[in-house]
Amino acid sequence: MKPKQKSAMSMERRNALVGISFILPNFIGFLIFVLIPVVFSFILAFMNWDGFTQMEFVWFDNFKTIFADRIFRESLVQTIIYCVFNVLFSAVAALGLALILNTKLRGKTFFRSAIFFPYVASVVAVGAVWKAMFMKDGGPVNIFLESIGVPADALPGWLSSTKWALAGVIIVSIWKNMGYFMVIYLAALQGISYSLYEAAEIDGATKWQQFCRITFPMLRPSHFFVIMMLTINSFKTFDLIFALTEGGPGTSTTLLSMYIYKESFSYLHYGLASAAAMILFLIVGGVTILQFRVEKKFTDFM
Amino acid sequence: MVQQTKIGVRIFQYILLIALTLITLLPLIWMLSASFKLSTEVFSNPIRWIPETFHWDNYLKIWEKVDFALFTKNSAKLTILVTIIQLFTCSFAAYGFTKCKFPGRDTLFLCYVATIAIPWQIFMLPQYIMMQKFNLVDSHLGYVLLSSFAAFGVFLLRQFFLGIPNELLEAARIDGLSEYGIYFRIVLPLAKPAMATLAIFTFVNVWNDFMGPMIYFNSESNKTIPLGIRMFVGQYSTDYQLIMAASVVSLIPVIIMYAFCQRYFVQGIASSGLKG
Repeated sequence: MKPKQKSAMSMERRNALVGISFILPNFIGFLIFVLIPVVFSFILAFMNWDGFTQMEFVWFDNFKTIFADRIFRESLVQTIIYCVFNVLFSAVAALGLALILNTKLRGKTFFRSAIFFPYVASVVAVGAVWKAMFMKDGGPVNIFLESIGVPADALPGWLSSTKWALAGVIIVSIWKNMGYFMVIYLAALQGISYSLYEAAEIDGATKWQQFCRITFPMLRPSHFFVIMMLTINSFKTFDLIFALTEGGPGTSTTLLSMYIYKESFSYLHYGLASAAAMILFLIVGGVTILQFRVEKKFTDFM
Repeated sequence: MVQQTKIGVRIFQYILLIALTLITLLPLIWMLSASFKLSTEVFSNPIRWIPETFHWDNYLKIWEKVDFALFTKNSAKLTILVTIIQLFTCSFAAYGFTKCKFPGRDTLFLCYVATIAIPWQIFMLPQYIMMQKFNLVDSHLGYVLLSSFAAFGVFLLRQFFLGIPNELLEAARIDGLSEYGIYFRIVLPLAKPAMATLAIFTFVNVWNDFMGPMIYFNSESNKTIPLGIRMFVGQYSTDYQLIMAASVVSLIPVIIMYAFCQRYFVQGIASSGLKG
């Protein structure tokens, strides 16, 4: 009996070692290049450091400094505006497109691929195109606006005007990302049982009622996922804005991520940059937890 | 619903779809059209969608002005390296997380998943400082190392591996196959679609990556295509026809890849969305 037990023990240990050996190559990289920097970032947020001189522990001074900084406060507000509009319009556009595509039309794959394509296109290339599209004089967007009767002096300056630049960035962002979320909605729509619609049809429900009472509620897990992904993506957005406006004109399109970048690499304010990174972390974490809570509350209702 | 759809409704759906697709593709069509024009024609009002004469020489000029051949080579090299390393380490880890048992496994996986949601901006600075200490800034090796261990790949493959029945692996174990044997002979062949999905995602991400190379690569010999286009935008800011031509060239590999593999894209996104 005894030796057998012992061999079972060592068997288990052997299995554990094999399991760990599978994870190790990835985990070592993950530990060094992701986990340790994340922890280091927390520490840096409480330090005064420019990368060369002695590090100095300064408690919450970095947080005080950035909240006193007008550019930081503006970037916070702009990030929230960007996030709200980007999430709302991208989700609605994605759902709308998915509903239209969720029929047995010929050439469906082609349409789906075409609408999805901006998502895989290089941000830099796309940014260059949209910069041209948004030119104040002779840009296709303004030519179109003029042709539908917008008076010449009311044409927006888009990316070159502090008033319109953020709107321009949001438009490009929706255009680029809606295809991705459309695919998520499409997959979920195909999972809704057809018999639900049949039953509704027999009961005399209109198409609009079917959408409100069946389609929309049945998509709840997808709404949750789409909104969460879009929110996190909004806070991450950097490449697109850098390619379009570099945060300008002035600081009108400087979002939190751009602020962190500039403090890190332009001004070498390592402590301030890390403090701003912590704020970003708290917001993203908070929003994620909040959305999980709301989701849970809804599913409890069901 | 489908059987009952009237012809009128169907035509309306088609018109709507064609219109939406055109609107989506319009910026790209404009880009293609502008890439064949003279600089004086680019912003003509009204828009000329088909250029009067096609100036193919725009496409020759861009190769002379900036070393696009070198940038393309760099982009290809980095993309291939990162994709291969990701495929190996991620599928290995995903196997460990789904099919092996050891203490702390699920906690560790939770750690992985949590970092997917953490924006890179939060740790890019400490990461950069660390890479400076290792002397890996402005080197391809450094970039490959820090791009190769994304948690997303592990997550994606794990989703797929969960669907492989354990009975199958148990049968192989009874036949005396080691865990490594099972991974190579059974799981990998079964996981081809998931591996393809991850490969394509990684390819597109690395090929298009802008922020990483911008922060890490200073010397021109290391630069990639997105940085090349940026340089171009900076130096020839008024020559929009050349910028557009360069953009078209940078999109071609992705278009080809996408045309052949879009099935995997859609499957990958759909599966991460449904179970996520």
